Amino acid sequence: MRSVMTGNYASAYGAKLARAEVIAAYPITPQTSIVEKLADFVATGELDAKFIPVESEHSAMAACIAAETAGARTYTATSSQGLTLMHEVLMWASGARLPIVMTNVARAMAPPWSVWVDHMDSVAQRDTGWLQFFCQDNQEVLDTIIMAYKVCENAAVMLPAMIIEDAFILSHTSEPVDVPDQQLVDSFLPAYAPELKIEPGKAMGFGSLVKPDQYMEFRYKAMLGMREAHDRYLRVEQQFKSVFGRDHGGLLDRYRCGDAEVVLVCAGSVAATAREVVDAMRAKGTRVGLARIKAFRPFPQEEFKELASKVEGIAVLDRSYTFGAAGAMFSEVKAAAYSAHRKPVMKNYIAGLGGRDITPKILERIFADMIVVSKRGAEDEVEWVDVAGLPRRWR
Amino acid sequence: MTKSYEEIPLTPISDSPSTITITGLWRVMRPVVDAKKCKKCTICWKFCPDAAIKLVDGVPVIDLQYCKGCGICSFECPAKCITMVKEGDR
Repeated sequence: MRSVMTGNYASAYGAKLARAEVIAAYPITPQTSIVEKLADFVATGELDAKFIPVESEHSAMAACIAAETAGARTYTATSSQGLTLMHEVLMWASGARLPIVMTNVARAMAPPWSVWVDHMDSVAQRDTGWLQFFCQDNQEVLDTIIMAYKVCENAAVMLPAMIIEDAFILSHTSEPVDVPDQQLVDSFLPAYAPELKIEPGKAMGFGSLVKPDQYMEFRYKAMLGMREAHDRYLRVEQQFKSVFGRDHGGLLDRYRCGDAEVVLVCAGSVAATAREVVDAMRAKGTRVGLARIKAFRPFPQEEFKELASKVEGIAVLDRSYTFGAAGAMFSEVKAAAYSAHRKPVMKNYIAGLGGRDITPKILERIFADMIVVSKRGAEDEVEWVDVAGLPRRWR
Repeated sequence: MTKSYEEIPLTPISDSPSTITITGLWRVMRPVVDAKKCKKCTICWKFCPDAAIKLVDGVPVIDLQYCKGCGICSFECPAKCITMVKEGDR
């Protein structure tokens, strides 16, 4: 069924189609309409799930952890300050190897107080052991939730996943979304059946104390799970395509990169704008391409290594900034490119923080700058784009 | 003995409850109950953070295997019937 809906409703429909059994959430702008819609589904009986309203995001994740440990498929959604409040228990979810799926509506961190798009909240959770999928449109949000359960619940993965949709640009913007038939989704995604779960009458403590002689082996196993998630995702996406007739370009979604001299790397909704800009610049004879980071974790290391060997310049647009270093995506792309046979010139562009628009004109100017820089090398490795008071004009 | 990563589960799983660890040995101060002064209000039982108080006919009996001597029961008791005594002293 094709329907017009916001990214938040796409999230809610994704969780419903995946037949989430326990949903625990705390409302926060701009995530609220996800859980409102899910509460509706549960109240009307359209979704057979237990809805747990809690008093904080930390408790929301704690409730999901408990339910998932008891063998239930769980879902939650949050944003920004809520996500960072969860930080401690995010680590617990991955360490306890619980394949919880959560939508994070990417929103700037305060202060300055802001409810608009920015990737700082998600990037700050990079090291929690969660898979992180950045989406560029509402269809991808819905589809990725369904795929994420299938990837994460695999016995060789067993890690949680965060589906990231940009605040307002996706969360509150309506687009046509295909809502697949429940029967098809059921055939694609079987019920959650973990090998281990808490059972009545059997004493079991999960995630219990280990001494230094055994800790590393458990972390090593989690590493193997994340490594497996890379190939598993690609396979699941192929299966998804054969059932539903569409895919979203893998972990590193490359567009017109084949013969490109300069490639722009970015994540989230800005990639959709960048696609248009690539087409427009190509029409004028410039060899540019786009490499969209779909998965920040597992990071598409090999894909970047291969891409780096083929191009002259890579511009990395970060919608967040890691103080004292650079944009986090830039640092990681650069690290992956270091082991490439040929190293391209690379430059980091910090743009769109706190919901500032990244217009086609700005992206065109980033491409134009990168073309020049790729020929003579970057003098400023990190440049802040469109900041009032700086000499360069971007608009 | 360290087990290979291939021999262990995904996350450490204990098959015994935490009560196998006798934590009362950590105690420095011991609560002593004067049953004659007790009003059977059960506040001590509600406040004990380690569930180390059992009620016998409404009167607290401290489970010294787990009581760590935090003194919350003594502090909360409205009838002042629980006194904290240093271990080793009478």
